[in-house]
Amino acid sequence: MKTKDLLVAALANGSVIDHIPCDRLFTIAKLLELEKSENPVTIGNNLESKKMGKKGLIKVADKYFTDQELSRLSVVCPDMQLTVIRDYEVTEKREIALPDSLTDVVQCVNPVCITNNEPMHTLFIVDKASRTLRCHYCGKTQKIGNIKLK
Amino acid sequence: MNRSIVSIANYSKEKIQSLLDMAAAFEAEPNRPLLEGKVVATLFFEPSTRTRLSFETAANRLGARVIGFTDPKVTSSSKGETLKDTIKMVSNYADVIVMRHRLEGAALYASEVTDVPIINAGDGSNLHPSQTMLDIYSIYKTQGTLENLNIYMVGDLKYGRTVHSLLMSMRPYNPTFHFIAPRELEMPEEYKRYCKENGIRFEERQDFTEDTIADADILYMTRVQKERFTDLMEYERVKDAYILRADMLGKCRENMKILHPLPRVNEIEYAVDDSPHAYYFQQAQNGLYAREALICDVLGLSPLTTTKA
Repeated sequence: MKTKDLLVAALANGSVIDHIPCDRLFTIAKLLELEKSENPVTIGNNLESKKMGKKGLIKVADKYFTDQELSRLSVVCPDMQLTVIRDYEVTEKREIALPDSLTDVVQCVNPVCITNNEPMHTLFIVDKASRTLRCHYCGKTQKIGNIKLK
Repeated sequence: MNRSIVSIANYSKEKIQSLLDMAAAFEAEPNRPLLEGKVVATLFFEPSTRTRLSFETAANRLGARVIGFTDPKVTSSSKGETLKDTIKMVSNYADVIVMRHRLEGAALYASEVTDVPIINAGDGSNLHPSQTMLDIYSIYKTQGTLENLNIYMVGDLKYGRTVHSLLMSMRPYNPTFHFIAPRELEMPEEYKRYCKENGIRFEERQDFTEDTIADADILYMTRVQKERFTDLMEYERVKDAYILRADMLGKCRENMKILHPLPRVNEIEYAVDDSPHAYYFQQAQNGLYAREALICDVLGLSPLTTTKA
């Protein structure tokens, strides 16, 4: 617990994404395009968690993610938590919400869908109640949390 | 506004009625030069003789000129040209594009990359709205209404896209469906859910007999194909159970009509062809009028008004 306290407390300004399943941590890092970030980034994995046993965590100094940047992540792991820190104080803590639609994030499961055979974007409509994604083009649905990214 | 027809599953009663009225006008007089001076492109990335001939006949009877291809092997698609580029190129020449493609969602995507209206003539096993339109027109013509009908769907209800599209398009008309299929080919869960969500009554059964079809207004037959079965023993067991024989028509309603999207293999006995209930050949003919109506609709034209192209 002390490790976690130190990690989070050490951030003066920025964002912490917490409760990431360990096996999804690097997918999340990729989706956030952290490799392009100039900001100080700390990535922790296999950290002790009361809620999950083990978890991953990402913090980015001096960075405040937009809803659009974050909603993409929620289909990979729907239960992540975002903490926003300003001047060492936690100013916001919330679960990351599912978006209404996802453009060019997810790959369609249908091998004969046009999106898997043409150089084009994908588009999925999110059904929050049933936690499924429906391909705008071929209509096939898939479950959130078990998806393949583009 | 792009008036493409990719799917008619969500069309309103008013919209369907206007298409039915147009189809009826074309049946009364199929030759109407509403499209004189226009060019219709028929792009068949996947071969389909009957649908293509029906669309091309429709375009010709409307006075349009027809360009297109029947085999993608002779086009740039075989050189690796994308669908988008082909559609963009043809958009420079044609006023309407009728397309069939093996990939699902191809017609919707095509309609997004061009301002020229697209008519979906089938995208893989996904949608086939012109077939649905001719099915609805056939039901309307033979029953005098679309309301409150008992519609029996028989055979391959799992993969049969025509039954799925028809089911969705009949939603506004308070139908009662009866799904008769072997377990391996029963109506998929998503369509049963669609029925429940929209308050559409349905009943499922495996037995196909004189008694089980006695209350039908429409008997929609489909082909049970061997390649659809994972268990070939199961195929052998059920293959003859979903064949309509002439001796099964003894108890059926007088108004009952038998529809089939064709081609038929053996699922309707030849002796049935002579029955007054057989309607599948006229149904195919109705496809011409339905397609004339669809082509006019995407161009904002109608045989019921005097407006000319």
